Amino acid sequence: HDALYCAIWTFSPAISRAKYCHSVDLHFCPHDLMYPDSADYPDLRKHNNCMASHLTPAIYAKLVDKATPNGYTLDQAIQTGVDNPGHPFIKTVGMVAGDEESYEVFADLLDPVIKERHNGYDPQTMTHPTDLDSSKLKSGKFDERYVLSSRVRTGRSIRGLSLPPACTRAERREVEKVVVDALAGLKGDLAGTYYSLTHMTDQEQQQLIDDHFLFDKPVSPLLTCSGMARDWPDARGIWHNNTKTFLIWINEEDHTRVISMEKGGNMKRVFDRFCTGLKEVERLIQEKGWEFMWNERLGYILTCPSNLGTGLRAGVHVNLPKLSKDPRFTKILDNLRLQKRGTGGVDTAAVGSTFDISNLDRLGQSEVQLVQTVVDGVNYLIECEKKLEKGQDIKIPPPVRK
Amino acid sequence: MAKLTIKRLSPEEEFPDLSQHNNHMAKVLTQDMYTKLRDRATPNGFTIDGVIQTGIDNPGHPFIMTVGCVAGDEETYEVFKELLDPIIEDRHGGYKPTDKHKTDLNPDNLKGGDDLDPNYVISSRVRTGRSIRGFCLPPHCSRGERRGVEKMSVEALDSLSGDLKGKYYALKNMTDAEQQQLIDDHFLFDKPVSPLLLASGMARDWPDGRGIWHNDTKTFLVWVNEEDHLRVISMQKGGNMKEVFNRFCTGLTKIETLFKDKGTSFMWNEHLGYVLTCPSNLGTGLRAGVHVKIPNMSKHAKFEEVLKRLRLQKRGTGGVDTAAVGGTFDISNADRLGFSEVELVQMVVDGVKLLVEMEKKLEKGQSIDDLMPAQK
Repeated sequence: HDALYCAIWTFSPAISRAKYCHSVDLHFCPHDLMYPDSADYPDLRKHNNCMASHLTPAIYAKLVDKATPNGYTLDQAIQTGVDNPGHPFIKTVGMVAGDEESYEVFADLLDPVIKERHNGYDPQTMTHPTDLDSSKLKSGKFDERYVLSSRVRTGRSIRGLSLPPACTRAERREVEKVVVDALAGLKGDLAGTYYSLTHMTDQEQQQLIDDHFLFDKPVSPLLTCSGMARDWPDARGIWHNNTKTFLIWINEEDHTRVISMEKGGNMKRVFDRFCTGLKEVERLIQEKGWEFMWNERLGYILTCPSNLGTGLRAGVHVNLPKLSKDPRFTKILDNLRLQKRGTGGVDTAAVGSTFDISNLDRLGQSEVQLVQTVVDGVNYLIECEKKLEKGQDIKIPPPVRK
Repeated sequence: MAKLTIKRLSPEEEFPDLSQHNNHMAKVLTQDMYTKLRDRATPNGFTIDGVIQTGIDNPGHPFIMTVGCVAGDEETYEVFKELLDPIIEDRHGGYKPTDKHKTDLNPDNLKGGDDLDPNYVISSRVRTGRSIRGFCLPPHCSRGERRGVEKMSVEALDSLSGDLKGKYYALKNMTDAEQQQLIDDHFLFDKPVSPLLLASGMARDWPDGRGIWHNDTKTFLVWVNEEDHLRVISMQKGGNMKEVFNRFCTGLTKIETLFKDKGTSFMWNEHLGYVLTCPSNLGTGLRAGVHVKIPNMSKHAKFEEVLKRLRLQKRGTGGVDTAAVGGTFDISNADRLGFSEVELVQMVVDGVKLLVEMEKKLEKGQSIDDLMPAQK
């Protein structure tokens, strides 16, 4: 029986123990005999996240005895949503994927979650457009009296290796190796250096802090409850180019997070570099026989269902002292398909009148379309701010095409 | 063409980086041992990675050398004995795999203990843990099992009578008024924040299946599904440790009888005594302690040496992760395994008595050299 247990391995300490028996007869599992699925169904009465909204007892019973080929289970996928009933600023997703196959094996739960989170996008019937041709972006240079910085980020996962909630130490180290090898092949203004979290010197660490590049072990329970912070800081690191405008995080919430950024308002140049860099990295990993997780149903596959599709968040730090106090601000943002955050990121509130403004959507529109949405939207916000400065009135724009 | 999924990556590739670590697990775990243990699982599917995760994620603790591993079920201690036996030996003063542990919960065997000076000893407390055989432990249990532990425990506790009669407060159902009362009584436990505990997975699904039971006189308290299935606590203000221990033994024995009537029992064997989540709590799982005012003694150069000889341990009054404030310390037995309950409480009673005598001498500016104890 030991040999059978070995065949499908589980990596997380928090696994419900019957579930790894996916490929063996269930009558070997004392747990299944003693406990009906209803005894394990989580208490979600005080919860407000997408997982809790869609996990019925029937769906739970249907999926609970399944596992992906890597042994990842439903209980693992939903643990973060069980442990975190609700977030004050945003309705969280409440579940993660442990590997690419999670999105298939647990589709009965993930598809409705994706549909709710991504405005009705139906993975069963729709396809997602990928477009990294940055030459299509129109205008894209902001008024720098208002826009302090511009940034585009996304994530990429390496096909064949489990995602951060479920990966073993060896898999995580393999992700690091594959990506760092590829990045070493970047040239010109993309040439850079890798700083492993385990091995960086104090001086390197201080420089990375001063540049606002250093990421640390997550403290948000949304992230830690999924198991993605295990073995920290093993196989985690930061790569950036010499000009500090292209940055990659390795093994934080995703295999990779890719960030292009600059001070000022030249979103066009930021997006150009983003697309060029991404395509180069993809070419370099393909030379070694690897590829990114992608399919036409869901686009790029990442740990959190909220980041499917493009995984793209294009944003600016922008000063809007008058507009941000206008009672129509929220409605304007909604209609422009934009989201506001504090300048410290998703778990923060804005300080003063400087906001992080970015696209709301991730899936169902291409990279070009989403960045264009941000460009058009931020330009509109700046126009509103200028009008208010002159004492003129502003208009709520009609909702942009979703 | 994508590379095929890498299954069964080698144990060398999986072996954790423990170069910055200082805990018992890191001292003991070698590549060879990991390679061997990686191919095993307990009948409940708990693996070596589950055992050691907390020790990997927590390289070291400032006040105390941590164990760095946990059990997910009773069988963990057998299946992973190559790792756990040396850890147990190191943590429990040389306790060998062949040693036998003595259980003694007869409070009549305790000598004295009813007269610790209440001018110095503010409160007295005895705690232990118990696990219910047949259920996985907090790092590994499913929601159904955790609820099963709660249900069975509450049924047993509800049948206690006399001065042990009490009430259960489920964490997820308590009213604001009940919660405030439990806070005021210093009974309420909350979701752990210590990464030592969180990293083991024992806080999953909080607060489902967790609760607090206490008797009407608030001197006997049981925590359900925190770090262990049950934590049993007897406590009261003042220095009458004998009374605290009496109640402790009576209550525990009654609860154990109730479980036996239901066809279950506590996890126990003659080698490890009572089996709990953390290897540091094996044997008696017992921590008997006092909060005691010893400002002079605690500044004395020989304080640590005295504690060591008395087999006592100091903590801040906030518990294991805290430092002492002012001159008030939590003083308790350092041992858990290889000594009986009576023996450990005796050490605390005798030791605290001596510390108070020493404090009184130091208050008067006298020396304590002639009171220095021998190594126990």
